[in-house]
Order: sequence, then C-alpha cells, then structure tokens
Amino acid sequence: MSTEIRHIGVMTRQPTAVESDEVEGPPPSPWDVKRRTVLKAAGAGAAVVGVAQLTASCAAPFDTPVVQADITLKVNGADHALTVEPRVTLLDALRERLDLTGTKKGCDRGECGACTVLVDDRRIKSCLTLAVMHEDQAITTIEGIAPENGLHPVQSAFIRRDAFQCGGCTPGQIMSAVACIEEGHTGSADEIRDWMSGNLCRCACYANIVVAVQDAAQEMHR
Amino acid sequence: MRAFEYARPTTVDEAVRLVAERPDAGFIAGGTDLLNLMKDGARAHDRLIDVNALPLGDVVEADGVIRIGALARMREVAEHPAVLRAAPVVSSALLNSASPQVRNMAAIGGNLLQRTRCGYFRDAGSPCNKRVPGSGCPALEGQNRLHAILGGSDQCIAVHPSDLAVALLAVDATVLTQGPGGVRRIPMADFHVVPGTTPDRETALAHGELITGVEIPTTPMAANSRYLKLRDRATFEFAVVAVAAALDMSGNTVRDVRLTFGGVATKPWRSLEAEAALRGRRLSGDTIAAAGQALVQGAVPREHNAFKTDLVQRALDGHLRDLGGVA
Repeated sequence: MSTEIRHIGVMTRQPTAVESDEVEGPPPSPWDVKRRTVLKAAGAGAAVVGVAQLTASCAAPFDTPVVQADITLKVNGADHALTVEPRVTLLDALRERLDLTGTKKGCDRGECGACTVLVDDRRIKSCLTLAVMHEDQAITTIEGIAPENGLHPVQSAFIRRDAFQCGGCTPGQIMSAVACIEEGHTGSADEIRDWMSGNLCRCACYANIVVAVQDAAQEMHR
Repeated sequence: MRAFEYARPTTVDEAVRLVAERPDAGFIAGGTDLLNLMKDGARAHDRLIDVNALPLGDVVEADGVIRIGALARMREVAEHPAVLRAAPVVSSALLNSASPQVRNMAAIGGNLLQRTRCGYFRDAGSPCNKRVPGSGCPALEGQNRLHAILGGSDQCIAVHPSDLAVALLAVDATVLTQGPGGVRRIPMADFHVVPGTTPDRETALAHGELITGVEIPTTPMAANSRYLKLRDRATFEFAVVAVAAALDMSGNTVRDVRLTFGGVATKPWRSLEAEAALRGRRLSGDTIAAAGQALVQGAVPREHNAFKTDLVQRALDGHLRDLGGVA
C-alpha cells in the first residue's frame, strides 16, 4: 500500500525537514544517499498527503473514530510512542517508523511469511494487520530474539546448516521456526514442512531449513 | 489503500452503531483477508471498526452445544478439546486452512466472511459482477479451472473459499449475529447465498450486522465427522475439491448423514440429494456412487473445470469409505 505512495514521493518531490522528521542534519549529497534514507524520507513525506489532521487523545481504547492515532508499541521490551494513520500496517510501522528493518516486506499479502513476528509469543504476519491494533501487546522481531552476547539457537542452526542463500526470507523463517519449536510441531521432517509452510524461500533452501529447525529444536528442548 | 477512520469500541452495541450509521464502514477482526482486499482495491472502507476489544473470544461447551465466540482464532478452535471430540470435522478443516501464522490471527466470524479467491474479483483492473455489479464476468469464458460447477449463474461462478464454513454446514451449526435490528440466529444453510443476479451479495447479513458467535450442537453424527481437502499443493493452499461428511450408522446402515462440499460451488454446498441416496441404505460402493451421481446431477462444468465433476465424486467415494469403514 504505502509502496506506491512512497515511489511517487521519490519521483515528484523532496520531503522538507518538517515533514521528514527521521532525516537529521543537512540533506546528504546525491552520492551519500543510501537506499534506506531515500525510502524513509519519501515515506515520511507522503504520509501527510491528503490526510485530515485530527489526532486522538490518549484515551484508550479508541471509542470514537480517529484518522490519526497516538499509539505505543512495545517492541522487543521497549515502548515506542508514535502517531500513525490507522491504515499503516504493523510491518510498515516496524520498518519505516521504528527502523526495525530486520523484518522484511516480501509480498505484502500474507503469502510469503518474510514479515513474520511474534505478538504475545504467537507468530503472525505483520503485513496483514494494522499497527493501531497492537497496543498493549508484546511484539518480538528478529532484532529481539538473541541474547546480549551471541545468537539464538535457531539463528546458529541456520548458519551452521546453511539454511539460506539470499537471506530475504531468513528473518521470517527464523521467527516462524522459533514459534514452531515452541508450539512443539517438530516431531518429524514432514511435520516441520507442514508447520513452516507459511514461509516461502525463493532460493528453495527448504531441505536445509528443515534440518536447521530440527537441530534447533533438539537444542532448545534439551 | 484508501484512508479510513478507526475506532475500537468495547461493546457490541457501540460497534454495530458505528458501522450501521455509515454506508462504507466495515468491521475488522483478524484483518487477514480484509487488508489484502483493501490493498488490492477490491474493497474500500472510509471507517473501520476494530472488534477485537469486544468480549467475543471464548469457546464454551454447555447444554449440548459448543458456542464459539466470533473472535476466537482459528488455532484456538482447531485445538479446543470440545471441538476435537464433538466436531472433529471443524478442527480438521481449520488445520487444513491457511498457514500457522494466519491461523493465529484470523477470527472465526471473519473466516465465514472471507471473499472468493477468483482472480478476476481480486484484480481491480478486471470486470467483475461481484465487485462492480453489471460489469461482466470474465471467468465464464476465461480462466475458470478453479471455479464452481455448482450454484453458479450467468453472472458469477466464483467459489466460496472457506473450509470452516463447509465443515460447520456438515454439523448443523448456527451463526449468531447482532445488528441494528437486534440479535438473530441464522442456520449455516441460510447464511451464505448463491450469486443469482446479485453476486455482490454473499450472505444473509445486513449492513452493520456483526457475527457474535457460532453454535454447534453436539450430536453422535457430528462426533463422527471428517474433512477431506484436495488441493494443488500439500499445504497452505485453497481447496480444489473438499468434502465434509458426518455419519450416523446403525450397523451397516446409514441412519443419518450430512454431505457438504467446498471448492466446487459458489457457496458452502450441502447436497440433500446425495444424502437422500444414502439415508436408510446400506453404505457400500454402489450407494456411495449413487450419492455422487446425485451430487453432480445439476453441475455446469466450464472449459477448464470439468475435471471437478469426476474428482468430487471420487473424493466422496474415498472419504465415505474411510469414515464408514467400507472396504
């Protein structure tokens, strides 16, 4: 959804400093512009186009309709206050507003699983839900699963078993695998394939992913 | 996606009022189908009422009925001990739907309201009588391998995609609603409607009417029920053909039976004719074959989906032999 708006923004206008609160300092020279900076700046610029300015008071829940909402998302144990349009998906809020770009945007239609995160320890597809619907819930992204020094057992297993090539699906695969193991759906390779079916891998690393999940399940259940 | 207002009321009365008072308002629960439709331009709302703060999430068994709150998630219902015991077809249909992530998100009420997977309906650039009444139906002469052979009209042959709805139809479930006019109980058989000349209308619901729950009566027949889903890949895919069967046997004789079908019809499809071919008769290869022929009596196959006429009969045969213990 915001993809189209974003690219129109890039093509037609530069965001002003006021609009793009996530870009600090003087504008970078064209040679310094990183892909993320461009996307973020354009996204922030587009977000105000055509939207009536009416912000909700903090009275929760939203018992009268609002067109902008002040919300607090609890992500990886930290609270983040932000103002969003209701149509912003949880995925876009994580990536574009909170800079948590480990969660990937693949199909944006709930088919590929690259956007998988945990909400209250259950795996969900963050592209199929609105940010405004997830106040007061514990959201865990790929950035939040490793201990301070080291890797989560599923991360280690994916490296050890070479369970990826391009890596685009990998954060979603890992989040899904963490939940799959917690749910206890790792009794056999077939069971893992079935219960990991919501995560597609265009490099087709499925065989290695299954082995990595088996490895990690053994370690985590030990 | 069009911008919209958002509210999250805490009472059903308030939620119903907030949708009923505005023609383009809608409810959102899990959002797993609705948001895709809105992203694709197949649906637009100027107000979304989030029903997730309503107290409709429980699954309870009492007085011979399992009552499933409309906000119970697919996973919770699939794993619920009462559902597993008293209506296994429902649990199986849910576990064979969508992906683990979506089953954690999608609510039971919304599952019944999911829209067809017809590619012409989902593509805002195509004509579609369901999306834009009167614009035409490219599926009639176009790509129709996954379309309906039963219940279609010259305006629409899109298949209803819900596995759960097919299973609920096989266990005589009732949909509970609350709308501007009060509360209603709608039998599953009357909940979805065939397209006819109004393919944009898919259910008996009025604007602003909210599904609050689903009731399943616990019967011996529902306890002996099973779901078979045939699809193009092993998992995470919609049905090409699905059969839900509930069977009450007396020795080798069929005392009562429910036969419902997915993937082949424009609404969750119950075949009274197929049931009549079995009720009171011995369950055998011959009587099952007669039931299958009765099922497809009025089928209207198209260029790419004619295979479903045979496939659904073979699926019924294998499934009833399994469930009824016929060699």
